[in-house]
Amino acid sequence: MNTTPDIIIVGAGIVGAACAAECACAGLKVLVLDRGCVGGGTTAAGMGHLVVMDDSPAQFALTSYSRRLWHQLAPQLPANVEYDACGTLWVAADAPEMAEVRRKEAFYRARGLTVEVLDGPALALAEPNLRRDLVGGLRVVDDAVLYPPSAAGFLLKQARTAGAEVRTGVEVRSLLPGGGAVLGDGTQLTAGITVNAAGPWSPTLTPGLPVRKRKGHLVITDRYPGFVHHQIVELGYLKSAHAVATDSVAFNIQPRKTGQMLIGSSRQFDANGTEVNPPILERMLRRAFEYLPTLDRLCAIRCWTGHRAATPDKLPLIGPSVESNKIWLATGHEGLGITTSVGTGRLLADLIMQRPTEIPAEPYSPARLAKGGLLHG
Amino acid sequence: MFSKNVSPSSSHQVDVLVIGAGPAGIAAACVAAEAGKNVAVLDSSPWLGGQIWRGEQAHPTQAAAQQWIWRLKKSGAQLFASATAFAAPTPRCMLAETPTSVLAITWQKLIFATGARELFIPFPGWTLPGVLGPGGLHAMAKSGWPVTGQRVVVAGTGPLLLAVTAGLQQHGARVCLVAEQTSTAKLIRFGLGLWRHPGKLAQGVGVKARILGVPYRCDCWPVKAEGADRLQRVTLTRGADTWTVDCDYLVCGFHLVPNVELPLLLGCALDQGVVRVNEFQETTVTDVYCAGEPTGIGGADCALVEGRIAGLAAAGLTKQARALMSQRASWHRFRAALNKAFALRPDLRRLATPDTVVCRCEDVPRQEMESFDNWRAAKLHTRCGMGACQGRTCGAAAQFLFGWDNNSVRPPAFPVRMGALIGAETTWNPHAISTASKP
Amino acid sequence: MAEKVIISVNGKPVHVTSDTVVAAALTQAGLLRFRGSIHGESRGPLCGMGVCFECRVTINGRPHCRSCLTLCEPGMEVRTDAS
Repeated sequence: MNTTPDIIIVGAGIVGAACAAECACAGLKVLVLDRGCVGGGTTAAGMGHLVVMDDSPAQFALTSYSRRLWHQLAPQLPANVEYDACGTLWVAADAPEMAEVRRKEAFYRARGLTVEVLDGPALALAEPNLRRDLVGGLRVVDDAVLYPPSAAGFLLKQARTAGAEVRTGVEVRSLLPGGGAVLGDGTQLTAGITVNAAGPWSPTLTPGLPVRKRKGHLVITDRYPGFVHHQIVELGYLKSAHAVATDSVAFNIQPRKTGQMLIGSSRQFDANGTEVNPPILERMLRRAFEYLPTLDRLCAIRCWTGHRAATPDKLPLIGPSVESNKIWLATGHEGLGITTSVGTGRLLADLIMQRPTEIPAEPYSPARLAKGGLLHG
Repeated sequence: MFSKNVSPSSSHQVDVLVIGAGPAGIAAACVAAEAGKNVAVLDSSPWLGGQIWRGEQAHPTQAAAQQWIWRLKKSGAQLFASATAFAAPTPRCMLAETPTSVLAITWQKLIFATGARELFIPFPGWTLPGVLGPGGLHAMAKSGWPVTGQRVVVAGTGPLLLAVTAGLQQHGARVCLVAEQTSTAKLIRFGLGLWRHPGKLAQGVGVKARILGVPYRCDCWPVKAEGADRLQRVTLTRGADTWTVDCDYLVCGFHLVPNVELPLLLGCALDQGVVRVNEFQETTVTDVYCAGEPTGIGGADCALVEGRIAGLAAAGLTKQARALMSQRASWHRFRAALNKAFALRPDLRRLATPDTVVCRCEDVPRQEMESFDNWRAAKLHTRCGMGACQGRTCGAAAQFLFGWDNNSVRPPAFPVRMGALIGAETTWNPHAISTASKP
Repeated sequence: MAEKVIISVNGKPVHVTSDTVVAAALTQAGLLRFRGSIHGESRGPLCGMGVCFECRVTINGRPHCRSCLTLCEPGMEVRTDAS
């Protein structure tokens, strides 16, 4: 790139990639930097679940908007992205959870989503390997799954086609308040705007950012085609996602096009290492076996971990930072980064280009956390 | 480690845990048990002997193997066959999976004797049924694989090729050719140097005598394997010549890759791809030792003396361990000569064409992998190394082809039942599992 | 001492001895294709020592068993993925 880029994006994960694609397609000169490879950070530990969440109006708005954008992209996605519209099945283990199913059904239907309530027998038919005494579930038909590193790769390819430059293996040491970045080797790169899309590492570049690392575990099995058909999630998932004080697990399983199954999920704060934690892995798998009793005899090929970027109010930070209007943020997506990456990219590009946004951007504004003393998480 | 509600299916406490029952593991276990220690030995296969002494338990052919196996059985060490070690969830505890259960073994000293596997260099047609590793076909021939009357081409590198040729011939195979990639000059230098190791010289001469009549060509290697759904012919090259041989089997292995995954899992440091050990065979992790091929490919005699030193050191008998060190030094000279003589020539990096599959588990061709510059990126984006072999085959090939290092290991070190990951025993009932298509 | 053992391979009986590995029994039965690759190519054993996982077959209903490391037992039912 001979001229100064309009935008430097730090982070070539799926969020950075989506921002790069949108900004480049908007005609901006984009440079993406990552100290590792494309999609090698949090993205590599993402489950790849494209899901509409209803835990808050703002969460619903961003996830449903993003899911719609993914649907539009779907026909262009190459085979290695493994996009599969298998749908989500939220499962209820007892009467209170079934009541939650009905609440979700009403919520989604009122907003135009296609959903279906399943009773016990219908659930058994839909997923024969689930334990038989589950009360029922909610099928969200248009949710989908994909393989995150390849999706990030695809988005960056779109960005490159529109003129963006991507440099991997480049460490960014700090951001320049006037726009630009200082690299690990001391080189200074100037730009109109810098976007911090460094996920769990974003506070290193923007000190004081209310983003905490939240560790998760995953296990992938060998190929057992037909063992499950939907992404299956227990209704307790949200409780786990919202728990702040303790380590938590929640059952979550995804069928891949390869016939393998991806199993999650766990959440831990203050566990910054990448090593597998045997006790929490055990808890996570035991939880999974409670829902899928015959899962324990299938083969696990790999276990790995990753860190999500968690904010105090569960919503991402999208927009200009409080410190400088030359430093923007696209981070803090916790467990919804894959889903909301494309919505984030579009919102960011709209805000930068001062175009009207398709959903209100205020709920994700970094300024919201600067007021009210939430700055230090 | 495990929640209070569940205990692992089988718990054991030992003084010394040995992983691997090849020469190094057998020797280590013997001396430690004879010193009065409570010893357990694990091996993934149903037999003792590892690779080089495979089949010796059922069909004795080598005196040294017989003596050591007999000695192990008398030593009092506990033997766990078909036990694959895969995770160390808490300090000093190793989990191993057997066909029906999970073992949890707590140890004071741990000795890794995990041996080595063959290096497979991809070339067009290498994935055809009928193309196998030399050690692999030889081992399975000892376990009933029919090779009588079958035409076999033996290729690759190393003294193993001769041993395998002799072995296959003993099982009735017709070995058409031995194609050794190293140069005649290097081989002669190695052979001449064997006077320092009379045992090896005698062994070599003995093997050579048994395989008289089989053409042995240096500077020679396969470039292509072909056939309709199974191997039918191999094309080889030597200098300016290229020719095709009709055959039933091609056994092709380019020396050995040390099995360092379990030591890596426990945090042992490596030096140039092998486990770093001190004079007592102790690794960089306290109370964890390593002996044999994972510390450097050196053959059975080297493994035996290293195993003995590790076992003696683990048992606290340092004086006796020291007494073996000059013998070990001699074998280390042999080891250095061996690896120099059979170093792989750069030509072999060009055998794989752009669409030659490099990752067999995931069908990833060379050109897809080459567009990356490191293993992790290639793995994330092409899925190479994400299959059941956990990158053992393709990772070693990628190391040779592209120079990529790949030292990141997470549990499980082998694919295991999910229940085993949490130390629980499970039974298999195929009728309880539905694999119906989506309704 | 090795005993005579009868296993079934893809529904057909195969007579072997108890010190025979399943991979060898399959070859004795005339099979060289043990499984298909992702793109459907025929694959058989490569390493013979439990490392490459190319020799996997279904044994007694359980998939992904390494046939090179499994000894034949009476009544064992083996299926390759071609069946």
